[in-house]
Amino acid sequence: MNSNGKKKRIGVFVCHCGVNIAAMVDVKRVAEEMEKYPGVAFSTDYIYMCSDPGQQLILDKAIEEKLDAVIVACCSPTLHEITFQNAVKLAGLSAFQVEIANIREQVSWVHTDREEATLKAIRIVRSLVEKIRFNKNLEPIEVDVTRRAMVIGAGISGIQAALDIADQGYEVLLVEKEASIGGHMIQLSETFPTLDCSQCIMTPKMVEISRHPNIKLMTYHEVESISGFVGNFTVRIKKKPRYVDEVACTMCGDCEEVCPEVVPDEFNLGLSYRKAIYLPFPQAIPGTYTLDIDSCLGLWPIRCSACRDACEVNAIDFDQKEEIIEEKVGAITVCTGYDLYSMKSLGEFGGEKYEDVVDGLEFERILSASGPTGGKVCRPSDGKVPKSIVFIQCCGSRDPENHKSYCSRICCMYTAKHAMLYKHHVPDGQATVFYIDVRTGGKRFEEFYQRTVEEGEVLYLRGKVSKVYKEGDKIIVHGSDTLTGRKVEMEADMVVLAMAMEKKEGTEELLRKLNISADTDGWLAEAHPKLKPVESINAGFFLAGCAHGPKDIPDTVAQASAAAAKVGALFAKEKLQHDPAIVPVNEELCSGCEICVNVCPYDARELDSEKGIVIVNEVLCEGCGACAAACPSGAAQKRNQTDNQIFSMLSAILKI
Amino acid sequence: MRIKLKFEENEKKFIDRVNELSGENIYSCYQCGCCSSGCPFVFEMDILPNQIIRLVQMGREEELIGSKALFLCASCFTCQSRCPKGINIANVAEAVRHLIEPKGKDYFGPQEIPVELADELPQQALVAVYRKFSK
Repeated sequence: MNSNGKKKRIGVFVCHCGVNIAAMVDVKRVAEEMEKYPGVAFSTDYIYMCSDPGQQLILDKAIEEKLDAVIVACCSPTLHEITFQNAVKLAGLSAFQVEIANIREQVSWVHTDREEATLKAIRIVRSLVEKIRFNKNLEPIEVDVTRRAMVIGAGISGIQAALDIADQGYEVLLVEKEASIGGHMIQLSETFPTLDCSQCIMTPKMVEISRHPNIKLMTYHEVESISGFVGNFTVRIKKKPRYVDEVACTMCGDCEEVCPEVVPDEFNLGLSYRKAIYLPFPQAIPGTYTLDIDSCLGLWPIRCSACRDACEVNAIDFDQKEEIIEEKVGAITVCTGYDLYSMKSLGEFGGEKYEDVVDGLEFERILSASGPTGGKVCRPSDGKVPKSIVFIQCCGSRDPENHKSYCSRICCMYTAKHAMLYKHHVPDGQATVFYIDVRTGGKRFEEFYQRTVEEGEVLYLRGKVSKVYKEGDKIIVHGSDTLTGRKVEMEADMVVLAMAMEKKEGTEELLRKLNISADTDGWLAEAHPKLKPVESINAGFFLAGCAHGPKDIPDTVAQASAAAAKVGALFAKEKLQHDPAIVPVNEELCSGCEICVNVCPYDARELDSEKGIVIVNEVLCEGCGACAAACPSGAAQKRNQTDNQIFSMLSAILKI
Repeated sequence: MRIKLKFEENEKKFIDRVNELSGENIYSCYQCGCCSSGCPFVFEMDILPNQIIRLVQMGREEELIGSKALFLCASCFTCQSRCPKGINIANVAEAVRHLIEPKGKDYFGPQEIPVELADELPQQALVAVYRKFSK
């Protein structure tokens, strides 16, 4: 019924989508058949319904034919539902008086028999006519938005996202689980293809983070749990005890000097050592020492307390406890980054057995001026300058059978950079690269690679290495050169493995807390691979950097800025609108059995013990319908998708 | 040397038969050369294992007929264990041998077996040798 109590006049508009639909579905016949269907006042077809003339056609006919509801038979509603809703709004109809019959993805693209496909299309359109008869006009639910963002992870992507959100005037919580911000980028020596020193270009941004009035930096913190929904999240963050007062610490280093406990330094990937009380690296932010409780001799029951006795400013506080901080935010950007795939997984390359077989990140530290060798290229085993280095690409990448099926994207370029930098340090050294393909699809990447080959005199051998072993103090590499069709064996002083990138350890656990999804490789899933690359499928979550998949620094920074812009767009709205097509409770039918409460994945339903019925939080309800399917009494029915509508649709589909 | 690639019916048929007999998809090879790097018999081979796959992909049956490498493959499966695409190259070699044997030459005949060895030689080995090395 329409608002005047008369039967609804329904219009059907069948789209050809060029030949996308028309090639497999007889669209003219669909339109003709529908014209005869009860309740359909008007029916036509058009080549591109989403085009301006197509939308105009819907608008004109809606007015001319006094339509109460419109069905567009076209592509998936995820693509053009909003387009057509806006078109009918101009004719004075509610957006809820439009239904999309998907006859492209569900019909023309998946069938091969034109006759059968046409009949299926007719049935689908028919079912939507039945549904739309009972569609009610709904009003969107309005929600307030907390204009405050959280960014998880403070590598280059998190830093960039935080700065860009903060510069838009919104407050940002930047949460980092390590003792300092900086991530992997601060570990790099120089960056391709311009060879800027990584620390030189990154530290200004890090300092800006520490000074920015809108940024609340929370290092040594971890996200504990999250509740709420877009615009209104409540986050519980665990503050891990640093045992050092960040403000009081003057970084004089007295504590480090007296600390008796020595452990491998993770910043240098174990190529050097640090004390149990340590500064991750000289430019660390916040500028404070951190006491690593796992390697400290112990705080209880017996303390060595050498550090505390040495500290003149009394910054060391053994009584710090773990704290849980609760914060309210409106949007969350996940920038958790990557890890390198472990060399353990590739036993044939000896990365775990031989000190002189290192991964790409270790070699970055060896090349770095601030690294364990002070910028001199020495091999880890005996400190000798290596006269020959073999670089092996695709270590674990592009290997669907045994390791990772994807290309890690940055290894081609960083291997070329490694080879070039090595030749800068050791001009008479021999650099050899084993590769399968060289991929240099970035701005000035190909030129850089060519320069490595031509000026660096680096030999590129096309083939994969099968075996690496030690003979005396040399490392023997067995490989092949498929271009000459020869098996190759060579001696090297050092081997550098371009290990694949993989998701950061702990990502899965975090994603479970956030309730957002990842793809099959563990990278964060974007809402649409092309059109929504920085949004998560769940509203209010954004993603940037390598947490989303392997990428280089320019792409990471671009994506972080894009995510920040999306957060800004969310915060610029006065109110957020929530889809009103939710599942309310019919108080007269509900018996308070709580079955729906248990099946709800969004915690939107709870028992009102006074009334003895279930009540719904309209904002939390996503209208998934799990409760409607489970409700034994029919008290839970989704708006505009009631049991009555579903049965009518089914009979329209099944009717011959 | 220049070769003309035509992909005519018989070449396509050869490729399809190799796929069918070996149960592998030779098109999935991206020529990384890992099989050749690890092959313990490659020092004697005239063409490398990855080149065997390449020649099959190109439908070069005649070139394979003359190759020694096919008959040197001991089916040790080192290549298979390393192949990032999971191709069992020994299976492919076996399939190609099977297809080209009737057209090729004998690599081995009974006269080559020393008399003193003949009694002790397991029959299974003889059968295997005939299957692999003669048409």
